[in-house]
Amino acid sequence: MSYPRPRDDSRRDDRPSGGQRRFIRARKSCRFCAEKIDYVDYKDTRLLGSYIPERGKILPRRISGTCQPHQRMLAEAIKRARNIALLPFVTA
Amino acid sequence: MRVYEVMFIISPTTEEGDIDKLITQLSDVATSQGAQVTKIDRMGRRRLAYPIQKLTEGYYVVFTIEGTGLEIAELERRMRVTDAVIRYLTVRIDQELKRAEKFRSARAARAAASRATRSSRSRSQIAVAETSDEEDEE
Repeated sequence: MSYPRPRDDSRRDDRPSGGQRRFIRARKSCRFCAEKIDYVDYKDTRLLGSYIPERGKILPRRISGTCQPHQRMLAEAIKRARNIALLPFVTA
Repeated sequence: MRVYEVMFIISPTTEEGDIDKLITQLSDVATSQGAQVTKIDRMGRRRLAYPIQKLTEGYYVVFTIEGTGLEIAELERRMRVTDAVIRYLTVRIDQELKRAEKFRSARAARAAASRATRSSRSRSQIAVAETSDEEDEE
């Protein structure tokens, strides 16, 4: 016998997970939208560097809160910068 | 006409004078093929993010070139055979800049539209306020 599935995800969010307290995080927002950056330049290592964690991987959208169009531009820019040794492919 | 950005790294072992010579030489390659080198940006010596040919530093130069694309092929061929150029990257940027421009104008239009509605709304609110009680206004 299977239980009826919850209709939507919002109901699952309402359920306190584990303890009694629910954490309400501030809504992440896209930095590129906020700062009105229309073109992510691959030469801007300082900006790109903030989306490269220790390991040298591209920071996922779910962590940074970047919107999809900007994440796409960002990923492209990071890959270009890697090609010309402005950013690392990997860091041990 | 297409706009390209050609970035290349010159080996740090080359002399300062040779770097200048190489840069003019390469820009001449592009211009002789009929392209226009609109900007030459010397980013200077930088640490490489990873070693290339066992080198850890490099002299970065960026050309902004307007042309048809055939010059780029020649320029890239020349850079491949030049030992002092350890890495190059060509990016076509006219389409991306156009897209960025589109976003910018769209945002400007949106801002203008919202400002127009807001100002008209606030003007009508002010009008209502003025008619209701004039003491409250200042």
